Amino acid sequence: MSNPAGSSPFIPSSSSVTKVMMTVVLALLPGIVLYIWLFGWGILTNLILTTTFALLFEWLMLLIRDRPVKEFLFDGSAIVTALLLGLTLPTLVPWWIPVLGAFFAIVVAKHLYGGLGYNTFNPAMAAYAVLLISFPLEMSLWSAPLVSQPETLGLLESVQYSFTGSLPTGLEFDALTSATMLDHVRTEVGLGKAVDTIEQADVFGYVGAAGFEWVNAAFLLGGLWLVYKKIISWHIPVMLMASLALISGACFLIDGSQFINPLIHLFSGATMLGAFFIATDPVTAPTTSLGRIIYAAGIGLLIYIIRIWGGYPDGVAFAVLLIGLTVPLLDYYTAPKVYGARAKYEKS
Amino acid sequence: MKSLIRFRGGVKLPGFKSLSTKSPIQKTPLPSRLILPLRQHIGESANPVVEIGDYVYKGQIIADSNSFVSAPIHASSSGKIINIGPYTIPHQSGIAETCIVIETDGKDQWHPNIKQCDVPGSLSADQIRKKIKQAGIVGLGGAVFPSSAKLKPTREIDTLIINGVECEPYITCDDALMRTKADEIIHGILLLRRVLNPIECVIAIENNKPEAIKAVRSTLARFKEENIGSVNTIRVVPVPTIFPAGGEKQLIKQICNKEVPQHGLPYEVGVVCLNVGTTAAIYDCIYQGRPLVSRLVTITGEAVNHPANYQVLIGTPVEDVLAAAGGVQASKVDFIMGGPMMGQVLPDTGVPVVKATNCLLVKTPEKSKKQPVQLPCIRCGACANACPMQLLPQQLYWHARGKHFEKLNHYNLTDCIECGCCSVVCPSKIPLVHYFRFAKTEMREHEVKSKFADQSRLRMLARDARLERIKKEQEERKARRKAEREKKKAANQKQKQISESPKASSG
Repeated sequence: MSNPAGSSPFIPSSSSVTKVMMTVVLALLPGIVLYIWLFGWGILTNLILTTTFALLFEWLMLLIRDRPVKEFLFDGSAIVTALLLGLTLPTLVPWWIPVLGAFFAIVVAKHLYGGLGYNTFNPAMAAYAVLLISFPLEMSLWSAPLVSQPETLGLLESVQYSFTGSLPTGLEFDALTSATMLDHVRTEVGLGKAVDTIEQADVFGYVGAAGFEWVNAAFLLGGLWLVYKKIISWHIPVMLMASLALISGACFLIDGSQFINPLIHLFSGATMLGAFFIATDPVTAPTTSLGRIIYAAGIGLLIYIIRIWGGYPDGVAFAVLLIGLTVPLLDYYTAPKVYGARAKYEKS
Repeated sequence: MKSLIRFRGGVKLPGFKSLSTKSPIQKTPLPSRLILPLRQHIGESANPVVEIGDYVYKGQIIADSNSFVSAPIHASSSGKIINIGPYTIPHQSGIAETCIVIETDGKDQWHPNIKQCDVPGSLSADQIRKKIKQAGIVGLGGAVFPSSAKLKPTREIDTLIINGVECEPYITCDDALMRTKADEIIHGILLLRRVLNPIECVIAIENNKPEAIKAVRSTLARFKEENIGSVNTIRVVPVPTIFPAGGEKQLIKQICNKEVPQHGLPYEVGVVCLNVGTTAAIYDCIYQGRPLVSRLVTITGEAVNHPANYQVLIGTPVEDVLAAAGGVQASKVDFIMGGPMMGQVLPDTGVPVVKATNCLLVKTPEKSKKQPVQLPCIRCGACANACPMQLLPQQLYWHARGKHFEKLNHYNLTDCIECGCCSVVCPSKIPLVHYFRFAKTEMREHEVKSKFADQSRLRMLARDARLERIKKEQEERKARRKAEREKKKAANQKQKQISESPKASSG
């Protein structure tokens, strides 16, 4: 469009994509710090790998696609994608998992669909799903939280492990890993055990999963700050949590020996990260308030269904991707009525 | 007292108002030349009723129209008509329209028929309406809808809203008017009340103008004390400072919690809304007998030497007005008529101040011309949240780019008031309103073209049918003639045979 400067408004927009993305990064920080503190340096290794390679792939794709590199490379969107991917990966994966994830997220899920703003699927979640399906073994290498497992790797040891797969002498691999709480519940309930006996296991924390409950709480705080800063609207996180709580609460009330209580669902796995940071990705979420409410309710429901009856211990990625398919439909049918559309001539 | 309803959408903006409110209202000197466009209002353009060479008095009608939605144009000073022809009008396209040019004689002499009205209280509603129409009064908030067309509603009016919101940054002419001429505004309201008979009157003022609120309130109290008119049903309502709180539709929503029907007018829900400037102009025309020949204009911007509010004769070239304001500091600046949200860049400074000119904003290019890099839409929905009409700017943007006219209609492009809120909140810096203006023009052209194409198609079909019919008729005629010929031939042959047969028999 020629000469938009000649056309009002003449007050420049104070908002920018970079500002939005960097606020999201800031909001993620407390959770990231707590996560590293509780689960070891492997997370930082993952985050550094995903971020570096995401930026590298972004730069390459911008060159190939002949887009202005300076403006797009530092718009922050690739960094947010990389952080979300890095945060969802298990803590003890080999180096090529985050690199492959960054490749799929940036090159396939983002740029092959048209780049920033045009991707149909959440790039981080698409990459996560691909990794989970393709490399189920590597994608289950979760480290135990430090609260229950004193053995841990230092920063350099983590890097060394990531690239060579070798552990420091005297440290057994099994001593580091542990099934996640959601995984544990799945297996034990599957074996026919009652929930109250399972809950004695040390993978449980005060309200949710040991360690993860604190990380979830930190993401909840960061997310609330984003709502306060008006970067995201309340609709998606609130409805996602409400629907997850409602369905898990209903099941818990029906049979408390089979189903864990809703609070545990809210404070375990990727619930808070999903509610405030993943499902709220503007590009792949609906744009209308009603659309967002339906979308988030659907995700909450699907997370629960996958966690309880599906093939995976957590379901945030698949729920976001599957419900994401309905977004164009939701946007179309939930368009608000314009001003005056309901008003009629009033007879005096 | 009803509580205020918050209209949906809108944005908070920095005011920049103190720039032009420090100095009192001043008058710009009489220019040597006045350029008066024939169309300074919404509706039919006026037709000249004077000729080149005529001498005109100040306040004399020089162009008029019989149309209901139109307004006459008056000479804003005395002098000679030196030309009637196309001049560049204040529109960013730089388009030229017919203007009447007056060379002023410096006497600034009112037409002898213009005198104070001694008995304004005895005028009937119809007389007031007629005088307002003849005075060429239009909405001075910037929309320039002929006021007389608002004063003959086909149903009873519940609420008369006097709009002193003035929500655009930089502009302070209504503020200055309310602070200095509250008397005239309230007299104007009392007149309007006689015409419209509303149940109540509301003067809405944005709460960032405490002095104006105070001035109007104390004047109302004085009127009550001195028992001038009955002002009991007139109340001042401060409204929150959110752009565009002063938009007619948004204001009606706030004050009455009613929405103006889509494609409809406020009177349909029992509301009439007029600007404070218009109300004061109505006082002027009824009490002083003076038509609309001048208006308050805010001359402001960081590049102006003496920013303030000026009483400017309509038709005064912008350059003369700026000179009166002490000139402009920087050499490369943008001249904007109207506010920074909805105004337009002037093609040059030779264009005149018109009835719609509420502000002349001079902005330095590094502030207004800096073109931010436009990123793709990230679907954040900030535009939809900011839209005071509850449109979906994002969808409109896609379809405007794709020129999907049906979709643009589906998403109600024509309801866009071009307030600029969506552009201001867009993180991707997409000039959304610019796309919408462009799309509106394209859509109008498309409609004209498709109407023309439809007509052509019908004409073509009719022609084909006609040709077909003619051809058929011709063929029928031919066939008939052929049949006749053959009949004749056959008859002839028979005759021949008959006539030949004796020969044969004889042979």
